[in-house]
Amino acid sequence: MSGGRVITLTIDDRDCGAREEQTILEVARENGIFIPTLCHLGGLHPVGACRICIVDVEGIARPQPACVTRPVEGMRVATDSPGLRRQRRLILELMLAEGNHVCSVCVVNGHCELQELALQLGVDHLELPALYPRREVDASHPRFSLDRNRCVLCTRCVRVCSEIEGAHTWDVMGRGLASTVISDLNQPWGEAESCTTCGKCVQVCPTGALFDKGKAPGEMRKRHSFLPLLTAMREEE
Amino acid sequence: MATTISIDPVTRIEGHARISLYLDENHRVSDCRLHVTQFRGFEAFCRGRPLEEMPALTARTCGICPVSHLLASAKACDELLAVRIPPAAELLRRLLNYGQLVQSHALSFFHLASPDLLLGMDADPGQRNLFGVAAAMPEVARDGIALRRFGQQLIQRLAGKRIHPAWVVAGGVSRPLERKTGSIILAELPAMLTAARNNLARLQGVLENFQAEIASFANFPSGYLALAGTGGRPEYYDGPLRLLDQRGQELFSEPVAANYGHHLAEKVEPDSYLKSPYYRPLGPEEGMYRVGPLARLNAATACGTPTADEALAAFRELSSNGPVASSFHYHYARLIEIIHALEKIEELLGEEATYDCRVRATAGANAPEGTGICEAPRGTLIHHYRIDEQGLISGVNMIIATGHNNLAMNRGLLQASRAFIDDGDMALVAPTDQAAPPAIREGLLNRLEAVIRCYDPCLSCSTHALGQMPLAVELRRNSGEFIGRVTREMAANHD
Repeated sequence: MSGGRVITLTIDDRDCGAREEQTILEVARENGIFIPTLCHLGGLHPVGACRICIVDVEGIARPQPACVTRPVEGMRVATDSPGLRRQRRLILELMLAEGNHVCSVCVVNGHCELQELALQLGVDHLELPALYPRREVDASHPRFSLDRNRCVLCTRCVRVCSEIEGAHTWDVMGRGLASTVISDLNQPWGEAESCTTCGKCVQVCPTGALFDKGKAPGEMRKRHSFLPLLTAMREEE
Repeated sequence: MATTISIDPVTRIEGHARISLYLDENHRVSDCRLHVTQFRGFEAFCRGRPLEEMPALTARTCGICPVSHLLASAKACDELLAVRIPPAAELLRRLLNYGQLVQSHALSFFHLASPDLLLGMDADPGQRNLFGVAAAMPEVARDGIALRRFGQQLIQRLAGKRIHPAWVVAGGVSRPLERKTGSIILAELPAMLTAARNNLARLQGVLENFQAEIASFANFPSGYLALAGTGGRPEYYDGPLRLLDQRGQELFSEPVAANYGHHLAEKVEPDSYLKSPYYRPLGPEEGMYRVGPLARLNAATACGTPTADEALAAFRELSSNGPVASSFHYHYARLIEIIHALEKIEELLGEEATYDCRVRATAGANAPEGTGICEAPRGTLIHHYRIDEQGLISGVNMIIATGHNNLAMNRGLLQASRAFIDDGDMALVAPTDQAAPPAIREGLLNRLEAVIRCYDPCLSCSTHALGQMPLAVELRRNSGEFIGRVTREMAANHD
């Protein structure tokens, strides 16, 4: 452990040491404590978009997102409880009900972070009525497609494009249910001049929303091991 | 550990249907209609989806013959990519199709039809099911289960899973076949062939018990539609689409799949979600045709495999002049096709080219339209897609085998109901009370079901519904006035 003031806190009744610039999620992972995540991806700035990583912090009434909450001296954190599990399931159900997630015909079926999370959290059916929105597929790019039906607005694509590639082709438009990722000024992806066709967005997308063209269901495997390596090497420079 | 096995309403047709019998004032049958009562909407919700998704998406049309939809869809997608698929991919697709033919025909013959054929049409309904067959003739049930398992395992070994495998893709298949897998399948073949032959002999032995059914179960002249193989052989994967008339003369042979619409038209009935295709130049009455095992064998001059050819020669003797016309003989044809498929599986697994590792052609969306036609177990299956410039689906037409047989099923029901109500002695139970509606004997209900069962219709291609035995018969007067309704449970109580 180097740099920053060292503070101590307990996570699930275990004493943990942390630097003040760390997040609860980082400290938990360093100590082998599992907290489920979705929008979080090592190498990108955390944004707390999905709220799957919520934890209970003693003295605070509402659960806090572990990916963007800093540790404080003496803090007592609980990462698992029936209440937290119920709330995480509800968050996931809301995501699933809001889009059109049909695993059986999805390009990432069997290799999907959203699907894996549903398995982890025991979401095997929806208690909420699904909205079945009509959302278009953007297949205008020569190499990649965007299926907004499968997007959970984690913004990993937005962040990797902006922070790592430096192109900032992607962003989010609209509010609430109408929120959607857009390329450039809401143009078809194939017409977005800022896109370098690097494909990083496709690889970091946790679902089948962004995928390589030509892939049949179940064939798309995302690889984002490049990301921590890329950021580490840049830091060295 | 305690195991609970629950058998939720077991049906012997695949899907849900209703039959309406129309009686005149003398209680004679004036009309009979089959209503397929579900709506699925594949042709609508596939729009806007990437073409690569279509094989997996349309395979969900059916849980029994998903392989057929995978193949027809992938063939349509091959055309959209404008590629010729690698030779090994075609051989593997053919192999998969034969596996499906075996499992689906085994399901139809042994699990669904054999109770009628081996126990009798009037056997106790409580026993007239696969378990009754298993009690009376355990070797038959064992053979049926083994054949179905063989076909399903072949699909799993090739494609990764038995139902809805994602292995068949636009441009070919996703993985080559390993030799050791081929050897495992080959080792199981001899026992399967013996089982199929034994049961064909068994069916041939009981045919004379069913003269009344053979005479009236959709026994009429019709056209026969099937893919045409080289040298007059039956073809299941690719070939010209060919229609024969009632005498076996060719009405058309169309080598270009996309031209199917020049020859076939679809009639929409107000009382059924199942469309009725017919031969366009002759109209729906005269242009009625049948598809499936009976049509394919009527259209073939030889199978090209030794055991199936022997069986085909015996099948030919059922009719002295031209095609075998009774739909009752779909069962017979189905068993011959099982034998033929097993022999073709052996042939394909013995070919060096089947194991080539090049199995997929990759390309983008290169053609605006694509049509794929193959022979599903139940008959000719057509998938026709249009895409936009991005490769997203903009139009879908699917003609499913059961649809082709719709007109013939309706006419067959009318023929059978007339034979057994008007001319037969088993028909209506005379009402004891003058005001009470006439009831139907269970034996008649079963015979009407059995007419439908001959075609092995995949009504589940158009339903996800769960629950009750699907078949209900309604009695109506000529005016349409409802007289009564009978379901399996009610009929069981009458007798």
